[in-house]
Amino acid sequence: MKAAFVRLRALMRKEAVQIARDPSALAIAFLLPAALLFIFGYGVSLDARNVPLAIVVERPDALTASFTSQFAHSAYLRPQPYRDIQRAERAMVANRVDGIVWLRSDFTRRALSQGGAPIGVIVNGVDANTARIVEGYVQQVWAAWIATHRLAVGRPALLPLALEPQVRFNRAVSSRDFLIPGLIAVIMTLTGALLTALVIAREWERGTMEALMVTRVRMWEILLAKLVPYFLLGMGGMAVSVAIAVFLFGVPLHGSMLVLTATSALFMLAALGMGLLISGVARNQFIAGQIAIIVAFLPAYILSGFVFDINSMPWPVRIVTHVVAARYFVAILQSVFLAGDIWSVILPNAAALALMALIFLGLARANAHKRLD
Amino acid sequence: MSAAPDTGPALRLEAVWRRFRAGKRIVTALAGISASAARGRVTGLIGPDGAGKTTLMRLIAGLLRADSGRIDVLGIDVAQDPLAVQSRIGYMPQRFGLYEDLSVRENLDLYADLQGVPQEVRAARYAELLHMTGLGTFTARIAGRLSGGMKQKLGLACTLLQPPQLLLLDEPTVGVDPVSRRELWQIIDHLTRDAATTVLFSTAYLDEAERCDAVLLLHDGRLLGSGAPAHFTNEMAGHSFYASAAVGRRHLQERLAAMPEVIDAVIQGSRVRVVTALAAPLDAAALGPQVADFAMTPTPPRFEDSFVARLRKVAASPPPPVGAGTAAAPAPVPAEAVIAVENLTCDFGAFRAVDAVSFSVARGEIFGLLGANGAGKSTTFRMLCGLLPPSHGVLRVAGYDLRNAAAPARRQIGYMAQKFSLYADLSVRQNLRFFSSVYRLAGAQQRTRIDWAVAQFELGEMLDATARDLALGFKQRLALACALMHEPQILFLDEPTSGVDPLARREFWRRINLLAAAGVTVLVTTHFMEEAEYCDRLLIMAQGRVLTAGTPEAIKAAARNAERPDPTMEEAFIAVIEAAATATTVAA
Amino acid sequence: MWRPVFALIRKELLAVLRDTRSRMVLIGPPLIQLLVFGYAATFDLNHVPIAIYNQDHSQASRALVARFAGSPTFTVRDVLGSARRADGLLDSRQVQMLLVIDPRFTRDLLAGRPAPVQLIVDGRNSNTALLIEGYASTILDDFSLAWSAAHGAPKPTAVLDLRTRYNQTLASRWFIVPGIVALLTQVVTLLVVALSVAREREMGTFDQLLVTPLRRIDILLGKGVPGVLIGLFEATVIIMATVLWFHVPLRGGLAPLYFGLLLFVIAVTGIGLAISALSATQQQALLGAFLFMVPSVILSGFATPIANMPGWVQVLTLINPMRYILVVVRGVFLQGAGFSELGSDFWPMALIGFISLAAAGWLFRKRVV
Repeated sequence: MKAAFVRLRALMRKEAVQIARDPSALAIAFLLPAALLFIFGYGVSLDARNVPLAIVVERPDALTASFTSQFAHSAYLRPQPYRDIQRAERAMVANRVDGIVWLRSDFTRRALSQGGAPIGVIVNGVDANTARIVEGYVQQVWAAWIATHRLAVGRPALLPLALEPQVRFNRAVSSRDFLIPGLIAVIMTLTGALLTALVIAREWERGTMEALMVTRVRMWEILLAKLVPYFLLGMGGMAVSVAIAVFLFGVPLHGSMLVLTATSALFMLAALGMGLLISGVARNQFIAGQIAIIVAFLPAYILSGFVFDINSMPWPVRIVTHVVAARYFVAILQSVFLAGDIWSVILPNAAALALMALIFLGLARANAHKRLD
Repeated sequence: MSAAPDTGPALRLEAVWRRFRAGKRIVTALAGISASAARGRVTGLIGPDGAGKTTLMRLIAGLLRADSGRIDVLGIDVAQDPLAVQSRIGYMPQRFGLYEDLSVRENLDLYADLQGVPQEVRAARYAELLHMTGLGTFTARIAGRLSGGMKQKLGLACTLLQPPQLLLLDEPTVGVDPVSRRELWQIIDHLTRDAATTVLFSTAYLDEAERCDAVLLLHDGRLLGSGAPAHFTNEMAGHSFYASAAVGRRHLQERLAAMPEVIDAVIQGSRVRVVTALAAPLDAAALGPQVADFAMTPTPPRFEDSFVARLRKVAASPPPPVGAGTAAAPAPVPAEAVIAVENLTCDFGAFRAVDAVSFSVARGEIFGLLGANGAGKSTTFRMLCGLLPPSHGVLRVAGYDLRNAAAPARRQIGYMAQKFSLYADLSVRQNLRFFSSVYRLAGAQQRTRIDWAVAQFELGEMLDATARDLALGFKQRLALACALMHEPQILFLDEPTSGVDPLARREFWRRINLLAAAGVTVLVTTHFMEEAEYCDRLLIMAQGRVLTAGTPEAIKAAARNAERPDPTMEEAFIAVIEAAATATTVAA
Repeated sequence: MWRPVFALIRKELLAVLRDTRSRMVLIGPPLIQLLVFGYAATFDLNHVPIAIYNQDHSQASRALVARFAGSPTFTVRDVLGSARRADGLLDSRQVQMLLVIDPRFTRDLLAGRPAPVQLIVDGRNSNTALLIEGYASTILDDFSLAWSAAHGAPKPTAVLDLRTRYNQTLASRWFIVPGIVALLTQVVTLLVVALSVAREREMGTFDQLLVTPLRRIDILLGKGVPGVLIGLFEATVIIMATVLWFHVPLRGGLAPLYFGLLLFVIAVTGIGLAISALSATQQQALLGAFLFMVPSVILSGFATPIANMPGWVQVLTLINPMRYILVVVRGVFLQGAGFSELGSDFWPMALIGFISLAAAGWLFRKRVV
């Protein structure tokens, strides 16, 4: 047993020296997450602000002015007057405006005589998500106008319902606050898998694995000696990511550091286990890198619920998401950052992460033979 | 744990089979090998690339499992208890298994820990190994910055930390210069003599066989023979001769090689070394009337003679005679310089890789560039091909200055890169078509040249085979064919026959000789000393400078002294390098 | 004159098509990505789990609940009897929205006072939250209008007449899948071109090419043209899948679509050639391609609009060829755009292509002797 400890210590020390001397591991652990977080943090945003909207008023008067002036108050819409509908339509084809609000020449007459005058709203549906959000904004403007207009006229509020919307956990409804915690999970999946897959593939490439195997060292010692240093390195990368999220992007962290650290550790074990498994299949860095991107990064990006809602996916895809470790971590991170230590979210997801870590590490161990075939 | 009896062989193989799947094909790496290696001796595992040497080494080390058969190492069945075997053996894989970003000392510490060397004996063991390998002053150096020879010795030291009972060395001398090679053998001799270690040493260099106590001769996964090297050479006693005559050595060699009574004929200096089928000199009359003054002097047999003789028996039929590469043999022309180099210099930053090299090569000459790794021969070679611009100096190839007329010069050049670089995914036919098209051959002319190449290099049967799947010898032929599609005046060959078996090498050189006879100028780089013998003239380089130049005979003659009345090319090479090293030390 | 270049192009295509692994890169991963993106990458909301806390057990409030239950967007997971479990359901993400109907609901309705209805939305996914709010308020508005009409209340002055152009059902798939045409064309072209020189360097055949009389420009062409051809082939495959499998309408002409794709593929080829000139091994080339690809996809408007990015990032996207081709592909597919509408997206790609090819040529001269 003492001999095994001496071997383990020697292998870990070797790994530490290699990490210190070879910048590529450090780059993957720290630079890659930071760079990806920057690109995604600034580049990915679902907040439609200042959406250009064409306003066509065919016969302007006081009533139309009271309606169009409502748009100026909106923080989300940027109204632009157009003289006629043809010009506005052309602007929409050229993507200069995302929607058109069209008050026809008989608008005031119909509104005052029988009510229910139609306000034409035409939205460019190419980007369906933005289109829906624009529709929502226009609806809000309209509802506000109806209420104020009625009050001004002196009749009771027309809409019989008083809607009181309230957003929990992310009051500003900022997409950055919701995307960045999920992003951390996606990025750490990539770095965790890439780190271990690449360093083991490197040993195969350089022929040192062959030399190691012919010593008294046992296979589990080799795996453990890889796991521990890169676990620590991965946690370091995690810490850097969290720091960037909180201090640079100003994402609130409502949960406790303890829960964050503990669940990150579980997730890191699963990600590293996946890397170990990949390295068992791919014995050169080139292929290992490709596999890590295809089986770790892409599913984590699309199937983790980090940006695309899992509930809305077709059921076969929903089933597949259950084997994506990032899915559980995304759920935990979004809660820990935005809501706090909510045990009903953390415990089941952490259990799933633990199970996945166990499966990946177990498979990696079962797959690793002290043989080349 | 099964106890290892101290008697009996260190290694016993019984009918060992091993197959691999390569794509859709099944490749038999080892076909029923039965052999043994005696304790305390050096056993050589000898064969060309692809013979199955590495597979056998890995089977013995327990890194692979045999399909069938049994391997006993030190009395232990490897399949049963690989860990017990692994704690008793040392194994140095190809490329030495070193961590290149760790220092010499850190590599030693790591392997000492892994092999369970007790702390208290380490200091003494390190001192001993560092002294033996001459690495004492480099303990803090990062392994990646050591020279090839030093890496090899460090790799060896790492396997010796816990003195192994059996030491497996997989091609330790590949890519290592002759001086380091000799030092390695001194260490091995020391190990077997003083520590009674058993050594299994694999190599593709046949001349190393004679240094082993016993030899396992491997070819295509089969054992062609085993026993003491003397056993192999004695078989050929009385069969080998030096032949000389009043004709050109190449002409003589070609005549001799074509005779059915001759097993082998290779050029050696100004003479031709002949191995006959019958243990008797050849009859001069059989050579024909034009060959005057034909004489044969007996010479001691070599290991290679026996290998070639065995291979001839295995090979289906002797290779057919080879025609010239170019259509017509030109009339003898005055010896104009086809390649002229003056004060050629190449700097990489502050490092001067090639320092004021001058030489010239005449038409039809075979010119060799020799040197250890890092001597500057590859850099010189790349400049000559136009792959690297020189920093200073004049470089004329085929009458064109490479600086300002690269394209016309290139049309006169044929180039065969190391490892026979072909488009591995393309078929043989597609490779030929591609290279001929790139040289602007078209229509009937292109078809004629492709037909010529197919006939000359006997590629007809494998025209549609993918180049990747070809055997090494065929890859070499195809690479040469591709380099000759446009009938170049000058042929550049970079390490042209490394790793191929002796028969393929002979065939290759026969073609090259014919090309040279037809007026093609050939420039070769090599660290393979036998290839140097084929050259008309040699240039030996070290540290970017020319150490010596001259015919192989002259270089060997210069190294002749009382201890070495008849030095080999390798001994001559080492003598030149050492003389230069001494001169530098004295000067400093 | 052109024969050697044609031979080079032919060889390059053969090398890609004969190698199982390269063939895989061209067909396997792109199809998987197409399916995964096409089916999983959606912003549409279906079956959003909600809970309803109805404190007013009246006919009116039940009618409102029925409207939610009948909507395909929402699935009523729970109808609560008390407020106790409400927060827990939302916290643990079992439901994404909570609808609270006040006990005064019917009374206020009948009295003509605004009847309070509370919507509590989980903001952890801000986009979903906004969409849920939108869907819910549409249902509530419809309810209001229906109730007013049934109870003889006056009509509002004006009503919204919402119409959607180009994508009437607002399917995310119509947005995402044409984007994949651009995405995969870029991935495949870039990989094929960026790796081709590095692969030859690793195999040692590149030296062999350099000693032939081929000029640098010939080699550049011989490496670039196959990339363009393969890129256009890949685009064709994905376009066919988009139309035939995902039934996205192709409203515009093929001419502007392929003209745009040609410009795009040329620009990407130039970038790939520059990467390949800079990298000595396939690994470096792959890393280089990855380093270019990730930002170029993120900053292209593929999944999230460029208009939402900070100003300085928007400026950065101007040098990204994918930004322009996405407009072209989506414009032609969904809006039926033609040459006149897309001119402002064609010329930047042409310019980027020109610059990147010139840079690649310069790097080739500099780095590849």
